[in-house]
Amino acid sequence: MCLALPAKIVELRETDNAIVSLEGVKKEISLALVADAKVGDYVLVHVGYALNTISPEEAEKTLALMAEMSSPDLNSLPFPNDLKGS
Amino acid sequence: MKYVDEFRNKDIAKKLAKEIANEADASRQYNLMEFCGGHTHAIFRYGVQDLMPDNVHFVHGPGCPVCVLPIPRIDNAIELAEQGAIVCTYGDMMRVPASKKNSLIKAKAAGSDIRMVYSTQDVLKIAQDNPNREVVFFAIGFETTTPPTAVAIKIAAAKELKNFSVFCNHVLTPAAIQHILQSPEVRELGEVHIDGFYGPSHVSSIIGSAPYDYFANEFQKPVVIAGFEPLDVMQSTLMLIRQINEGRFEVENEYTRVVTPNGNEKAQAIVSEVFELRRSFEWRGLGDVPYSALKIKSEFSEFDAERRFVVSKSTGKDVKGCECPAILRGVKKPTDCKLFGTICTPDNPMGSCMVSSEGSCAAYWSYGRFRLDMAKDKSLEAAQ
Ligand code: SF4
Repeated sequence: MCLALPAKIVELRETDNAIVSLEGVKKEISLALVADAKVGDYVLVHVGYALNTISPEEAEKTLALMAEMSSPDLNSLPFPNDLKGS
Repeated sequence: MKYVDEFRNKDIAKKLAKEIANEADASRQYNLMEFCGGHTHAIFRYGVQDLMPDNVHFVHGPGCPVCVLPIPRIDNAIELAEQGAIVCTYGDMMRVPASKKNSLIKAKAAGSDIRMVYSTQDVLKIAQDNPNREVVFFAIGFETTTPPTAVAIKIAAAKELKNFSVFCNHVLTPAAIQHILQSPEVRELGEVHIDGFYGPSHVSSIIGSAPYDYFANEFQKPVVIAGFEPLDVMQSTLMLIRQINEGRFEVENEYTRVVTPNGNEKAQAIVSEVFELRRSFEWRGLGDVPYSALKIKSEFSEFDAERRFVVSKSTGKDVKGCECPAILRGVKKPTDCKLFGTICTPDNPMGSCMVSSEGSCAAYWSYGRFRLDMAKDKSLEAAQ
């Protein structure tokens, strides 16, 4: 229900709509809820609406924060379930 | 997928797991409540629990909008369809049990015009295409799903769509978290011990991180706003453990790529133009929670299905034996329910927690977690 997916804006349409690309699949969504989204931005799409734009800088910072810790033995722990998939 | 795959990276997951194991103090227990069903889903799907030390526990909270809707409201939606309206709703709602073994999908099979929609835009289209029929949107969801409903009402007003209305069941997250913290189970009985909270991802993208300040202070519990990917949950766990170890209780934000302190102000403005607070609203599992839901403002009353139609005071009850109410408060686990996995499965759900993929019972069932838990319980019993 609260699932939302990051999608890239590829085209702006009239009346607040936009075409986004979700892993190559194009979809028309509404931009009525976000201010100044433009082509190339990533937005979080939920029930046909962009809820927010995603900040590339902040995403980088978070990833850097996660990666920066002491280096453990990478073979010591299995990752239990699948990490891929839709 | 960008912004998804990076946050599911195995090597970083291993690093984080190690870090958590290092920092979690073996002499204490960490009971961390994820409010949101999205986190519950991620924890189960990616087996995050199995990467945690034994003293880090996830307590699943009531943050599944499908699960917290009380049965009488579903009965009401079915009644509206039976009165001849086209009732539209999100897919998750279709199979939720109503009273008397009914559900929207069964009512549809029996002839009512009930339609599953992906977006409120679809509902507007259905209303435009059927000018001689009443079209009711059965709206549910937290702060994420509310703004799209508000947009639809504004468009309907602008286009003077006279046959469109909304049966509004939108609820608010901070009110529910506060209610849990004030509940006797948490306060006096100490049945549910909570040391910290994962703050919702997408809800917070709208409302921002500021609304959690109040209860971090008031209840002295740390809150970390966490994204929905497995690495987000793990990083947030580390942040919670650090706060607990240091005796801090602050609102921290792990999901900064989407959540800001003030949230999405444009969406908030649209919501407050259309909706106002209800004095009280019933949540399944929590009972009546003051100021925890929204209703349509009188300026838009013509779009309010509750004013437009007769909505009865149904007294429908949960199926006997269904433990959803206790599970939603974190007091019980799905495996404590006698119906779990026997009578109640995702194919034949008895309660809402088994319907939505964000519900605890469905997550337990789908990812096989219950087998582990049952085995553990058995060996504990044998040991006693
Ligand atoms: S297993 Fe089914 S009946 Fe039992 S609590 Fe969960 S949803 Fe309710």
